[in-house]
Amino acid sequence: MNRQVSRLSLWLLLAPFLLWILLLVLVPHLQMLRVSFQVRESWDTLEWGLSQYRNFFTESYYWRTFVRTGVMSLFTTFLTLLVAFPVAWYIAKLARGRSKGFLFLACLIPFWASELVRTYGWMILLRESGVFSAALQALGWADGPVEMLYNDIAVIVGLVYNGLLFMVVPLVTTLEGMDDTLVEAGYDLGGGHLTVLREVVVPWAMPGIVSGCIVVFMLTLGSYLTPILMGGKDSAWFTQQIFTQFITRFNWEQGAALGVLLLVLSSLMVWLGLRLTGQSLRKVMG
Amino acid sequence: MTQESDLSCQGLVRRFGAHTAVDHVSLDVPAGAFFSILGPSGCGKTTLLRLLAGFDRPDEGEIRIRGQRMNEVPPNRRPVNMVFQHLALFPTMTVGDNIAYGLKRQKVPAAERRRRVAEVLEQVGLPGLADRNPQELSGGQRQRVALARCLVLRPTLLLLDEPLGALDLKLREQMKVELKHLQKAFGTTFVYITHDQSEAMVMSDQVAVMRAGRFEQVASPEQLYREPATPFVAGFVGDNNRLSGELVGLDAGLADVRLPDGTRVRGRLAGEAPAKGAPVALFVRPEALVLAGEALRPDYATVRTEVRTTLFDGANSRVEVRHGDQTLYARLPQDGSAPRLTEGSTLYLAWDPALARVFALGEP
Repeated sequence: MNRQVSRLSLWLLLAPFLLWILLLVLVPHLQMLRVSFQVRESWDTLEWGLSQYRNFFTESYYWRTFVRTGVMSLFTTFLTLLVAFPVAWYIAKLARGRSKGFLFLACLIPFWASELVRTYGWMILLRESGVFSAALQALGWADGPVEMLYNDIAVIVGLVYNGLLFMVVPLVTTLEGMDDTLVEAGYDLGGGHLTVLREVVVPWAMPGIVSGCIVVFMLTLGSYLTPILMGGKDSAWFTQQIFTQFITRFNWEQGAALGVLLLVLSSLMVWLGLRLTGQSLRKVMG
Repeated sequence: MTQESDLSCQGLVRRFGAHTAVDHVSLDVPAGAFFSILGPSGCGKTTLLRLLAGFDRPDEGEIRIRGQRMNEVPPNRRPVNMVFQHLALFPTMTVGDNIAYGLKRQKVPAAERRRRVAEVLEQVGLPGLADRNPQELSGGQRQRVALARCLVLRPTLLLLDEPLGALDLKLREQMKVELKHLQKAFGTTFVYITHDQSEAMVMSDQVAVMRAGRFEQVASPEQLYREPATPFVAGFVGDNNRLSGELVGLDAGLADVRLPDGTRVRGRLAGEAPAKGAPVALFVRPEALVLAGEALRPDYATVRTEVRTTLFDGANSRVEVRHGDQTLYARLPQDGSAPRLTEGSTLYLAWDPALARVFALGEP
């Protein structure tokens, strides 16, 4: 009797989690997978087939965008790491007491606004009639208005900015756990700044680096607003094509195939990243 | 015989705001010596060690190692290595890589590196452990790896920051002896800081007792124990009993002291003679106290005390007694000659005046 009650309460406790996994993760993805293998013969007949996937490989626009998105996401992740590491080091090791909390908050504040607002913020700064352009003209460094939006650099700037917090947080957490005397020992035994960073600090921070990189890479790969708004009409991002298939062209089958490919790509990159750095997912996310 | 000195410091000062952590410290450590800096926590000994290692810069004074001025030299270019309090072994490297880290920085070729790592592991008694991770080792083994990591670089000076603090008592006793043997075997000059007087006494050739940023006394362990220069040293190094009173007379280096209840006792005066009637403290060690009734000699000083309790601790068993409002401890002989002592009974304690030290109070 008692055993049955405790079993029931266990199931009740698990129910929200199981429902979430089932309804919001498993069912939609399986459905996507199913749709991606269906070929529309006419308006009411569907056949199983690979034509959507064939389209992806034969239509160079698709896979070029796909590769471009992957490469730019990798580059953005790397850049985010470079920017976030000194910030995280300062917060974890140099800032004390109140200033530490304040700096952490300062990293968080931009995320109180939505991605859309943050991106428009960048557009106000970078556009032809924007703040930077006006400043350059006022200083006499430019003759006319300068357009800084609608290129790949602008897209990467926006993406790095969006990813920064998700890199800083895991880095601060791992770096805070590091004993300062490890760094001192690194110097004491004859190491210079670069050696200590490479041999002592980075290996220690590896779980934080990898987990930050995974999160930022996934976010970047799947971001939609920033590349569209800041990249302009020439900038192709893979999520944009999925959107086009689903919404503009109403071609759910092709959209589903592209979605599955994106999922495979991101999973593959994460697996590769973990493999190359010798980390395990449990250690990184634990 | 004049020895070349490995480390010499002149008038070192380090201030943090209004607080002077290291206050005009000068020291001279001869080559191959085991030099300890002993002091209570907060006395500035860790700050002093960090000045020597180069993690901090002195506000005044000069540090010379084998005659070379070191003040401006960064820690990675000093011929000095440090064993940290919590060892600071690199957790992401194997034992072998930990030890090879410093050799790599000196651009020692790989084959030579492997040979020297194996050799130093042999010397510290951990042969064949190069491929283990530091986390897999016991506390004592980690200790040895930390030592090996420094000693393999053959530094002029090895600094040790209370490295035995984290070990349990038994292992600590063992490591004390082992450290001393290793120091002799390598011939490296050790500067060891600790708050544990027994560590300092057992291992050192010279001990500096530090208090509030200054050295109170620098001497050999035996001299510190037998002839403490200040009341602080007398109270800090080894167990000691302290009796307060006033000076009534002086006779051939022996001070005549009147205790608050009028008892007159005697001890050897340390330092300058104060005026008659000046407040003084008399220090006498527990093992110097004899239970009166045993062959008592007429020139011994005697106090009447009341037994509080006996503390059995093998060879270190003691009796706690009260004289007026002052508590004293006396060593109990363990050969069965000690009388049965009941609480509240009266006990006369006596000592040879030559074994007691009298200090004038009120000086800095």
